[in-house]
Amino acid sequence: MNRRTLKNDVIVIAAIAVVAAVIWCVVKLSSKAGEFAVVELNGVETARYSLNEDIRAEIACGDGCVNTLVIRNGEAYIESANCPDKLCVKQHGIRMTGETIICLPHRLIVRIIGEYGVDATV
Amino acid sequence: MKAKTHTITLLGVSTAAAMVLAYVETLIPVPFAVPGVKIGLANTVAVFLLVKRGWKAALPVSIVRVLLSSLMFGNFASFAYSVSGALLSMLAMIAAMKTGKLSEIGVSVIGAVFHNAGQIIMAIALTGTKEIAFWLPPLIISGIVTGIAVGTVAVLLVKKIDFKQ
Ligand SMILES: [Zn+2]
Repeated sequence: MNRRTLKNDVIVIAAIAVVAAVIWCVVKLSSKAGEFAVVELNGVETARYSLNEDIRAEIACGDGCVNTLVIRNGEAYIESANCPDKLCVKQHGIRMTGETIICLPHRLIVRIIGEYGVDATV
Repeated sequence: MKAKTHTITLLGVSTAAAMVLAYVETLIPVPFAVPGVKIGLANTVAVFLLVKRGWKAALPVSIVRVLLSSLMFGNFASFAYSVSGALLSMLAMIAAMKTGKLSEIGVSVIGAVFHNAGQIIMAIALTGTKEIAFWLPPLIISGIVTGIAVGTVAVLLVKKIDFKQ
């Protein structure tokens, strides 16, 4: 390893970061208002709620852990939770396809999908 | 003969080490929406072998590691992710090594990024859900971070471990 290869490393890493930023922009621009909020525990889908109906659902994941999912005005968010970090409660509401809320301690993911999980835009 | 025994031992120990790393990784919760997608700690071994012994040592160890750890701790989806991640990663690293212009860190960043990209491409193919592409940017960025960490460890290993044949 020397100065020259390290400089090349930095160039390659910067180029990869630029590619990531471009993909992020493309994904953001192509995402649209979603249809459903999908609840996954440990990577397994356990429930699916339409974003068109306002609901408040208690999601239990065993051992007394609970996240309260609220859907209001087409937006899903976690209203309260008994996880230690409360990061899921602090995350913004989600409404566009691909957006997610994650509660790491409870291994819970809420994500927005298009109609029946299929992205209708081609 | 002696060299051959040495090689067999080295590859065996490397495979075991890679499997332990792959197992340790399953214990680290990763907030990625695609179950089975991994960050690639076992790449340390791959980068190390690639630098020390070339692709003829690194590629088989990678394949055997994926096969064995999928049998032991995985399911079909995680196997498909691991295989496509490991193969794409290995091919990209071999190509990066061939240029001779990058250090272990650059090679391992390329390996980690392609590892994650390979898994996402396979996940999109398996589930038919294009929205998974949403996870590419965070996975690419985490690939850069783990790639730098793994590359740094590999640099140290390459320096410290010397083979006497
Ligand atoms: Zn939480």
